[in-house]
Amino acid sequence: MAFYLKGVKLSHKKNTSPEKAEKISVNSVTIPMSMHIGRPANAVVKKGDTVAVGSLIGEAAEGLSSPVYSSVSGSVQGVGEILLSNGMTGAAVTIESDGEMTLDSSITPPTINNRDDLINALSKSGIVGLGGAGFPTSIKFKTDKPIEYLIINSAECEPYITSDNYTMLTKADMMEYAIETLVKFFGIKKVIIGIEKNKPKAIAKMRELSGKFNNASVKVLPTVYPQGGEKVMVYHTTGKVVAEGGLPIDVGCVVCNCTTVAEIGKYLKTGIPLVEKVVTVDGDAIENPQNVIAPIGAPIKDVLEFCGIKAEIAKALYGGPMMGISVTDLEKPVLKNTNALLAFSQKQAFVPKTTACIRCGACANNCPFGIDPVAILKSYKEDDYLGMKKAGALLCMECGCCSYVCPAKIPNVQNNKLAKEAIRKEAQREVK
Amino acid sequence: MGKLHISVSPHIRSSNTTQRIMLDVVISLLPAAIAGCIIFGISALWVILACVFSSVVFEALFNIITKRTQTISDLSAVVTGLLLALNLPANTPLWQAVIGSAFAIIIVKCLFGGIGCNLVNPAITARVFMLIAFTNLAKPAFPLDAVSSATPLVELAEGSSPSLINLFLGNIGGALGETSALALLIGGIYLLVRRVITWHIPVATIATVFVLSFLLDAFSFINALSWVLSGGLIIGAFFMATDYVTSPAVAKGKIVFGIGIGLITVLIRFYGNYPEGVSFAILMLNILNPYIEKFSKRKLFGGKHYEE
Repeated sequence: MAFYLKGVKLSHKKNTSPEKAEKISVNSVTIPMSMHIGRPANAVVKKGDTVAVGSLIGEAAEGLSSPVYSSVSGSVQGVGEILLSNGMTGAAVTIESDGEMTLDSSITPPTINNRDDLINALSKSGIVGLGGAGFPTSIKFKTDKPIEYLIINSAECEPYITSDNYTMLTKADMMEYAIETLVKFFGIKKVIIGIEKNKPKAIAKMRELSGKFNNASVKVLPTVYPQGGEKVMVYHTTGKVVAEGGLPIDVGCVVCNCTTVAEIGKYLKTGIPLVEKVVTVDGDAIENPQNVIAPIGAPIKDVLEFCGIKAEIAKALYGGPMMGISVTDLEKPVLKNTNALLAFSQKQAFVPKTTACIRCGACANNCPFGIDPVAILKSYKEDDYLGMKKAGALLCMECGCCSYVCPAKIPNVQNNKLAKEAIRKEAQREVK
Repeated sequence: MGKLHISVSPHIRSSNTTQRIMLDVVISLLPAAIAGCIIFGISALWVILACVFSSVVFEALFNIITKRTQTISDLSAVVTGLLLALNLPANTPLWQAVIGSAFAIIIVKCLFGGIGCNLVNPAITARVFMLIAFTNLAKPAFPLDAVSSATPLVELAEGSSPSLINLFLGNIGGALGETSALALLIGGIYLLVRRVITWHIPVATIATVFVLSFLLDAFSFINALSWVLSGGLIIGAFFMATDYVTSPAVAKGKIVFGIGIGLITVLIRFYGNYPEGVSFAILMLNILNPYIEKFSKRKLFGGKHYEE
């Protein structure tokens, strides 16, 4: 590869230990039926039903979807509506825990004899992209195209977050089992584990793991954000370019986050679906920043209180500070793709004042893909859809480098999102 | 617990601000300003103060009269005033300095929409305006202990070689802030280290002037170096041509931009009526900048080709 894509150097702020994570228990969980990209699952339980850990509570819909399982044992309180972080409302099942955490008796490891069995198992597992995107994992592998590379995205380039690092240090055995099975049934030729340089222990552990395979390797990458962006990861590990609107499979790659891979291994070995998540809890409002293992659906407030709240929380995030999503209220649950919960005091919650663009070019010069946010905004204001597309609006992955570096504090990501939405609406009008 | 603050990612921002950038430019120009005061005496200080003070006042007044958000705290008016002053002879009458500042701030900057919206560099344009409007300014000031009565550019054009040491230190005739290459280079390096500017424009500009002067002036290394150190080339290449608003944002464009400035500078110096051409060259490339930007866009990574 000729060069690395551009990006920004961030202060890592990895305050939490990646070596341990305490399991926390909660009194009740609220589990949304939509925690993935695609159609929401259909709730199959009703008020009064008794469920156990791993009981199916939401059946996957047709097409792009994923099933949802109970993360506690107890009784269903009802199926209600919840405001999701994308602004839409959706169904959510509330379950009161009996505190026993009994495992569903029907759980058995899946029998895998061929490729279809494996795809079926992956869709049954309820596993979605755990790096944050939440794309149903089985769909990534359900392809007619040959899978040449399995890229295990272990960059963890967002500040604060150490949950993937925790996975690499403690779940290497599960990852090994997953890699073995995936390679065997999907005919994967090469496995590359991409890790940022700032995690030497994880690199050593993953080298140990890759040494067990004759076609696996570890690629140590510079600590530059957004190293973990999917297209960035594909390019830096294989030199292949995923085109605008395309998927990694177009160039023979499937990219999975390392925690996703570990969960695949766990499901294949034990039959326990995705019901709990390692979550990094950090931010200046948290007394004891640490990794915890929380049942999916646990109220954020309970998770934060477990770690101690030392200041009034003015802002909370699902995920890291660069791409994380603002939490609208602390009663909201931990989701399948929640890898971190950050809580900030007023001091860090303010949004800087925007001043005039001085055309320094920092936004375009620091964009990994060379997108020009200034040109996008100009075209957006003029309703020039072609101009927006030409400037790269649809290529934008919203990594946030442009907003981060802007001296005038222009919300470039927000503008790009508006441009994308405008293009989408225009395309719909044209269809009509 | 109170309401939570909701905003679009990213939730952290770099510490870089427009004000910090402008402050860096002011800091980088201080060595040249101090050198000017040492070389040309106290009158240089009055010119600097008149330009800076009046630039800030004009911008403040414009914003008040037109009911705009006050922008003087971003320090860009200070930069404009300071740059204009450094490009004027130390014996400039103060009333002319004030008129020049008014032209730079009101006509070139504010009437076009203020910071970020001007088409050409305000300080350069004001300097060119003053050169044409006030004929007395065509005659440069000389150092207090000057031995020569011609500027190095005139000397060079007449075939004699000024002392390289004097050229480097700035003990020569010219605008009050442009003569000391040493002071300007200190400031230029500061801007590079602080990453306010990149090397592309200054290096492309200076290298072009060096190479062309070498070819046009007797293939003499010393003469080529003298052409580089004379006049407003160093201040222009490091501080005026690198103005974000009026120069390309992308490396490729910056190089084309710098070569263009170097080329026009040399053409004016060797074949034009004026002894110096840096200001005109920068002004001309400022006007061409939108086209250079258009043709020097970074290639999109995996971008789709959209038909017109």
